[in-house]
Amino acid sequence: MRHLKAYRKLNRTSSHRSLMLRNLVTSLFEHERVETTLMKAKEARRIAERMITLGKRGTLHARRQAASVLMKKSVVKKLFDEIAPKYEKRNGGYTRILRVGYRKGDGAPLAFLELVEEEIAVKKKKKKKETKKATAKSAPKKEKAAPEKKKEEAKEGPSEETVETKEEAKEEVQKEPSEKSEVEDSAPENAEPEETKPEE
Amino acid sequence: MPVPKRRTSKARRDKRRSHHAWKGVALSICPQCLEPKLPHHVCPHCGSYKGKEIVEVEEG
Ligand SMILES: [Zn+2]
Repeated sequence: MRHLKAYRKLNRTSSHRSLMLRNLVTSLFEHERVETTLMKAKEARRIAERMITLGKRGTLHARRQAASVLMKKSVVKKLFDEIAPKYEKRNGGYTRILRVGYRKGDGAPLAFLELVEEEIAVKKKKKKKETKKATAKSAPKKEKAAPEKKKEEAKEGPSEETVETKEEAKEEVQKEPSEKSEVEDSAPENAEPEETKPEE
Repeated sequence: MPVPKRRTSKARRDKRRSHHAWKGVALSICPQCLEPKLPHHVCPHCGSYKGKEIVEVEEG
């Protein structure tokens, strides 16, 4: 059973692990992005998100709690004065993990852990409704979507992965009701709006 | 205790293994530069991910 197996031990003793992750999170706030192994990034993310929540709280107690984790006083100041205010409107998900391949020496999966930069998207609810509508009357939609899809495929080369074609189909469904004419003009990579959640 | 009645013949064994061949790495195509890349990874060729997001400088 996987009871009580919530966290990764990362092959380290408790103190070693805690120090490493604290260092990593401190570096993250200092440089806005760090490159580590995927597993370390996933563990550090927990702590980093918690630190930003403390930063948003902004009380003296929160500041002391953050200072007990972060390794540099200057970083605590930066967290409370610069980083936390940026996430005023964002409820969690302040960080992003991007996979960047495998390390040469030991094949470990590497990832960037970075602070999310973009403004939070306001239109999110609207978009969802539109997709629901689109799926509701899917029968005529499919016929319309099909020729456009072919065009895009032709642009991007003959051999498309099935996953990607699915994604494209999604994009088109989202856009379908409003901007039908723009689909052909705009490049497909710019079509996906930024507010989609980072997959982690 | 239940036990196999017959030794598995070479033909039967090999037929079973006919599906075991490695089918290669599943690659997707970078929407930015159209190069093959690992799915859900930053493109090592142009450094982009999810379209706009250019994450690393390309090395010459
Ligand atoms: Zn690329």
